[in-house]
Amino acid sequence: MIGDIITIINDYWLLLLIGQYPNGPLGGLANTLILSALSIALAFPVSILFALARLSKWPLLRWPVTVLVYVTRGVPLLMLILWSYFLVPLLTGADVPSFVTMLTTLVIYQGAFLSEVVRAGIVALGEGQMDAARALGHSYLSAMRFIILPQALYNMIPSMISTFVATIKDTTLGYVINVPDLTFAASQVNNQLLTQPFEVFLILAVVYYAICWSLTYLANAVERRISRRRSGPASDPASLSLAQAKIVSEQL
Amino acid sequence: MNGFDLSAILGRSDYVSMLVHGIEMTFVIYLGSWLLAMTLAILLLALRMSPMRFGEPVVKAYVSYHRNVPTLVQLMLWYFGIFTLLPDGLTSWLAAHNAETIFAVIGLGLCQAAYFSEDLRSGLRSVSPGQMEAAKALGHSYLSAMRYIIMPQGVRNGLPPLINHSVSLFKNSSLAIVIGAPELTHAVKEIENLSFRTFEIYLIGTVLYLVFSLLIMSGGAYLSMRADPMRSARA
Repeated sequence: MIGDIITIINDYWLLLLIGQYPNGPLGGLANTLILSALSIALAFPVSILFALARLSKWPLLRWPVTVLVYVTRGVPLLMLILWSYFLVPLLTGADVPSFVTMLTTLVIYQGAFLSEVVRAGIVALGEGQMDAARALGHSYLSAMRFIILPQALYNMIPSMISTFVATIKDTTLGYVINVPDLTFAASQVNNQLLTQPFEVFLILAVVYYAICWSLTYLANAVERRISRRRSGPASDPASLSLAQAKIVSEQL
Repeated sequence: MNGFDLSAILGRSDYVSMLVHGIEMTFVIYLGSWLLAMTLAILLLALRMSPMRFGEPVVKAYVSYHRNVPTLVQLMLWYFGIFTLLPDGLTSWLAAHNAETIFAVIGLGLCQAAYFSEDLRSGLRSVSPGQMEAAKALGHSYLSAMRYIIMPQGVRNGLPPLINHSVSLFKNSSLAIVIGAPELTHAVKEIENLSFRTFEIYLIGTVLYLVFSLLIMSGGAYLSMRADPMRSARA
């Protein structure tokens, strides 16, 4: 069996790595990583806007975003992907590649989830920060920009990394709308071989495991570092574990 | 596409019965995998806390695998991979008995067990060791201290993540469509193919998922409220 696995990797590593590029669209692992990185990069500003809207005192801003966050929390990602697959071409009137459809879905989905993290981070800072900033003459926006967000976002870095891991796992769902990612490449390999499905999907699982495990490890290391810095040198190690920020993210 | 019309779907008994069957199967998968996950999670936790030396690394490896590999890939590995490796007799029996649904339950249940056991563990860890010592000093045995003192507090502390993960499991049951299990998303896709009323049927599917998720969330919120010791103290 191990011999089979080595043969498969030998024959198909390029397909698994970059898909059919340069003869076709970029795919495989490269596309998975690009899709995840792009969606987290776009979801980040979206999540800050969502969080600010949810904390806003205007119901007109607060209500739609609250509804959006609850809908994304209550509906399977798969259902949202189907919606985008149907709506994005309808609204833009163009033939949109499935990559863009998936990207749109992930940005909204992860944006909604991250916005809860940002909101929790802002609320956790306490109202005193904002009051003090206003007393010092900052406007609301400048207080947010220079005082609240830098602190809240710094505490969020571990959550951001674990959201990145969640996004990598979420990109596998692009399989249902034929996004040419790693899972898609693996099923192509499986379709060509036909006889060794277990070996092919085992390779797929191992690759995802390696990527996600290393990123989770990184997130934990960063989290320890941040909680150490935040609690300061004087605090005892017992309170350290309590001070650790809870990583909030969607599992998939 | 001609005008928004829900009755084009809800007025047709064949579509409605497909939807109802989809909901039934979604709940079969959800409840089956939930029970499997919870049972396994308790076993994993017991193994991890037991004095056996191999317990901890085995459970850690189990949790690590199931948390770092996408659920979809786990399902594919089960259905497309492991299914083919089973002995012929078992394969044909499974094929005759809704193999898709069975593997969806197994795949989702095993995956979720990792999350549940971590939730329970973090709940138990939040109970201070002094509680066990005090219970022992009061004459409780290890098991009775666990049963009456540690577990009630630990489960209560682990309840919020358990509820979140129960909702995730419900949503993840939709992944079973990839291996062809006839659940709600599958029914939605099928009705879409038959009726071409994409907007209406997606809306119905979304509302159904949303309603059930919110029901699970509010059921969980009710449980947490019931489990709150401050409530009985106030009353």
